[in-house]
Amino acid sequence: MVSLMGHSYMGDTGTFAHTTTGQVKEHSFYPYTDNGGSTLGITGSDFAILAGDTRSVSGFNINTRFAPKVFKIGGDDETGEGAHILLSVVGFAADGNALKERLDAVVKMYKYQHGKRMSVRACAQRLSTILYQKRFFPYYVHAILAGLDEEGKGVLYSYDPVGSYEREQCRAAGSAASLIMPFLDNQVNFKNQYIPGSGEGHALEQKKAEPLPRETVEQIVRDAFTSAVERHIEVGDGLQMAIITERGIEEVFTPLKKD
Amino acid sequence: MNHLPEIWGRPRNDIYGSYNPSYLKTSGPITHTSSPTVTGTSVVAVKFNGGVAIAADKLASYGSLARFTDVKRLRVFANSSVVGFGGDVSDMQYIDRLLESIDIREHYSTHGNMLNAKNLLTYLSKVFYKRRSQFNPLWNHVLVAGFDGNGAPFLSSADLLGNTFSAPHMATGFGAHLAVPILRRLFPEERPIEDITKDNAVAALQECMKVLFYRDARSLDEYSIAVITKDGVEVKEDEKVQAQSWAFAEAIRGYGAQTA
Repeated sequence: MVSLMGHSYMGDTGTFAHTTTGQVKEHSFYPYTDNGGSTLGITGSDFAILAGDTRSVSGFNINTRFAPKVFKIGGDDETGEGAHILLSVVGFAADGNALKERLDAVVKMYKYQHGKRMSVRACAQRLSTILYQKRFFPYYVHAILAGLDEEGKGVLYSYDPVGSYEREQCRAAGSAASLIMPFLDNQVNFKNQYIPGSGEGHALEQKKAEPLPRETVEQIVRDAFTSAVERHIEVGDGLQMAIITERGIEEVFTPLKKD
Repeated sequence: MNHLPEIWGRPRNDIYGSYNPSYLKTSGPITHTSSPTVTGTSVVAVKFNGGVAIAADKLASYGSLARFTDVKRLRVFANSSVVGFGGDVSDMQYIDRLLESIDIREHYSTHGNMLNAKNLLTYLSKVFYKRRSQFNPLWNHVLVAGFDGNGAPFLSSADLLGNTFSAPHMATGFGAHLAVPILRRLFPEERPIEDITKDNAVAALQECMKVLFYRDARSLDEYSIAVITKDGVEVKEDEKVQAQSWAFAEAIRGYGAQTA
């Protein structure tokens, strides 16, 4: 008597004797969860702003009303004092945290080994590599990296979970990205804004995008989030805004609706 | 029956066939926990002026069976922190062993400063995150209560995925639905934790344990409660839900024996 599984059972063939055919139990553990929230970055001529709401959810539960998503990278101590790079992560919070810690360690090690600060460009490439190294078990996060480039201009890099990245003027990520991004296209990159009287129909001239002053950008960020809070249940509670300039990083927390 | 004890109690070989040894095979695919087995339900905790209070009932359920009724789910660490475990009880016991070995190791080191609750949370969340990344999770949701490095009251949670979050009052499992709203009503965010006394906190937890016993089918009216202050940890492990009122039960209509 030969079973399908290859291990034959050679004993008395009583009524209750049967072989175990390979019934493999399904693996039902899912290693990810979506902790909601949204982040947003905008650059200016001499600054970059990274912002995020502070709500953390799982399903319809609010885990906490205060879980910051924007981190200082390469700081000297636990508070992030002395950092020159900002990272925001939104998606699966445990992965986000692991990613933040990895990148922070990398930037610190760079400083110890080379005796100089890691440039944002180098850090951006390194972050892409870190994400791609886990291509087949990704960090389930949308990351945005911000800082100042070699000329002191604001820079911002946005990533997908497997490390594809691009330098941009502005980017929204997370659960309300689809609500915020079109607003940013219009208000930062002046999409669909035309110069009045510049022509008829298709000859109308597009309004040219140029770096905005800091006050304007801060107001756009606040407006984007207050609007997202109205229409997205996973966004709310508080707004964390981190502004990086040549003088360092300023961090501001302002309340958002808690409903 | 014969003289071989290993076959006593087994169906007779001559009638039913001998035992199929393939059931005992040790090769084959590695299996991991894909759902918890014996589980503990909610853990509830709240910060107060000068410390943290935490409570968990003493039931360990096997599905819907109330399997063990005297399980201590609060684990004191170094007389300064408490870990409250929800979820799988065997994984809790494994983590308890990990904490025990850390405790011993730290006591042998001479620097003298013990790990605080914040350090414990970091450790536990890394253990959870590592195990989930191996697709072999420790099926728990824990609350860690104690003090942080600056001596401020600390309360935070870690779950089987390695997620962590912190709030002035928190609860795992059913408590997230039933106890947190009670605690938010009693201690609104505007109210600073300096206004909450130890007695307020303990009374709030007692109230939460009562509501949980009323409405969580996998709960028990016996629970452990721990109060962590600068003076140390005070644990009570034979608390019982007081002043239970089942009068409302009579008013329930629509199922069971009554028809209207």
